[in-house]
Amino acid sequence: MVDNDMRVDFYKEMVRIRTYEAALQRDYHADKAPAWDIGAGLIPGEMHLSAGQEPVAVGLCANLEQGDAITGPHRPHHLALAKGVDMKAMTAEIFGRDTGLSHGKGGHMHLFDPSQHFSCSGIIAQGMPVAVGQALAFSRRGTANVAVAVAGEGAANQGGFHEALNLASMWKLPVIFIIEDNDWAISVNRETATPIKDGSLRASAYGMPSARIEGNDVDAIYDACRTAVERARAGGGPTLLEIHTVRLWGHFEGDAQAYRGDELAAATENDPIPLYEKRLLAAGLLTEDSIGSIKAQAEEEVEAAIAYAKASPEPKPSDAYLHVFA
Amino acid sequence: MTAPVDVEAGARRVTTAKAISEAIAQEMRANPEVFVMGEDVGPYGGIFGSTGGLFEEFGATRVIDTPISETGFIGAGIGAAVEGMRPVVELMFVDFLGVCFDQIYNHMAKIHYESGGNVKVPMVLMMAVGGGYSDAAQHSQCLWATFAHMPGMKVVAPSNPYDAKGLMASAIKDDNPVIFMFHKGVMGLPWMAKNPRSIGAVPEEEYTVPIGKAAIPHPGTDVTVVSVSMSVQHCLDVAEKLEGTTSVEVIDLRSIVPLDREAILASVAKTGRLVIVDEDYRSFGLSGEIVATIADKDPSMLKVPVQRVAYPDIPVPYARVLEYEALPTRDKIEAAIAAAMKG
Ligand SMILES: Cc1ncc(C[n+]2csc(CCOP(=O)(O)OP(=O)(O)O)c2C)c(N)n1
Ligand SMILES: [Mg+2]
Repeated sequence: MVDNDMRVDFYKEMVRIRTYEAALQRDYHADKAPAWDIGAGLIPGEMHLSAGQEPVAVGLCANLEQGDAITGPHRPHHLALAKGVDMKAMTAEIFGRDTGLSHGKGGHMHLFDPSQHFSCSGIIAQGMPVAVGQALAFSRRGTANVAVAVAGEGAANQGGFHEALNLASMWKLPVIFIIEDNDWAISVNRETATPIKDGSLRASAYGMPSARIEGNDVDAIYDACRTAVERARAGGGPTLLEIHTVRLWGHFEGDAQAYRGDELAAATENDPIPLYEKRLLAAGLLTEDSIGSIKAQAEEEVEAAIAYAKASPEPKPSDAYLHVFA
Repeated sequence: MTAPVDVEAGARRVTTAKAISEAIAQEMRANPEVFVMGEDVGPYGGIFGSTGGLFEEFGATRVIDTPISETGFIGAGIGAAVEGMRPVVELMFVDFLGVCFDQIYNHMAKIHYESGGNVKVPMVLMMAVGGGYSDAAQHSQCLWATFAHMPGMKVVAPSNPYDAKGLMASAIKDDNPVIFMFHKGVMGLPWMAKNPRSIGAVPEEEYTVPIGKAAIPHPGTDVTVVSVSMSVQHCLDVAEKLEGTTSVEVIDLRSIVPLDREAILASVAKTGRLVIVDEDYRSFGLSGEIVATIADKDPSMLKVPVQRVAYPDIPVPYARVLEYEALPTRDKIEAAIAAAMKG
């Protein structure tokens, strides 16, 4: 059960992630003007931010240990930070620096931190079978670790999702499949792509327990993940959780989101962080002062990570030829 | 009908993206069997603008947003084509072929042959290719040689708006599966740095550009530079820069399958010097195939060794300094031309 200390920690972690992504967003756009050029600036390339989805990452990762694995999607920052990936090394990677997680080879969609068993992929749903394999390794070795595969609701229409569920269930592996349902796959609404309203029902086709969690509430997400993680650690096999969340910003930075219409304003009102903050204030768990210091602390950490990245050297051009083979 | 290339100054100028969507719209108006499907091809107009305006004109039954199920909807395109429709299916990035390649190479490409010529698959599979904007290893590849290596698919890759419109019209009319690859850099996107060559004069009326015929956008006599897609724009920039010192003949292949070997041989017979510029991986690909074309015919037509400016055999790195180390840039093309002119 979630206790009050945990609630304050959840709030802190969500604020930390949001502060991080707001700063990335600021720096991403800072040097792309006047003719907006996706390839320009200190952070080039596509940028998928997760604002609104922090409760999923925080509720999930509060149940995980360092030895547990996550395979994330193209929108990975919230999961990486909540899992414990080093903020400085991750930021340096996003800035394409030699001190980055992958010496600037991977970039924001390809973050790898073996110490946290964290990885992500830009190919939809294709991290899911990999999580099954990590779980296979854990169970062969007899550890109590679990592997978590996280993907969007759009990804659940990909063959890789279904094959991974079937394997994990057949082999009773310690996997938790998390679907972040933010209603959108770029411009395609869930309703035009998926014929059922509750995607967790799909688990029954694979003989797997499942649940859909409404409300984007970190407490409820924590509880559901806890049940799934405990089951997996105890040898009870995989679980599918579909978590209804919200995408507050564009699919990628630069997305004008004309396709969202009024729904966008409604989504903005459902920003989970101010909502949670209000609840904790009302419950006396936070004060205006403590909120201020939590936010200041987050900003300090984030700006230090960005300063570290900016001060870090770029890789040497000839490093491009390293690491093709081990 | 193949229109004459009447691209006078003052003619209407459009982006390659607009030229492609215009060709599709014209084919859709002319033939009710033509329809479009893919991810974000509807109201969004395609992530790279290839289907802009189509949803508004033709509606959701002919411009279909699909789930992220590439095996499913590419296979569905094949099925519709087998029944005589002419689907234009978009795979958002070529890099996603990994999740759907069976439909492409074991079905789309082989059905005509396996059926002894009795079943046709008149389908266009279009997709974005190429890098240069730090989209890293899974969103920046060209991979035309991967398709070209497998028999049964035509593979088209225009370098400019005029060719894109005419090649798309030809692709839709073609009774074979056609892979239509548009480099993001040639699309003229408002959100990406671009060469002015990505916007050009395009007739409003319908016309076709034949698939399998190279163009010579910059004739010359000293050295042959063969390229395709985005790299052609760089080659033309270099050829223009060198005017007065080196007479560079630029060949824009326009399609990899069929490969216009005659155009390459004729030019190299004249110049004796060959530079190949290819954004696809260097080994086992287009540049090697072109060298083999010369070697098979008469290696003695080369006065000097061939220069290849191709993507090194590494996945596409993210950081700009790393990516530009690998990409075929104007500097590298110029250096390769200089090397070919020595000796
Ligand atoms: C196999 C594959 N197909 C298509 C894409 C392009 N693409 C990237 S993100 C995305 C939408 C994903 O939607 P969802 O899974 O719901 O995740 P979200 O972006 O909402 O977090 C698409 C279609 C891709 N990266 N990989
Ligand atoms: Mg989604």
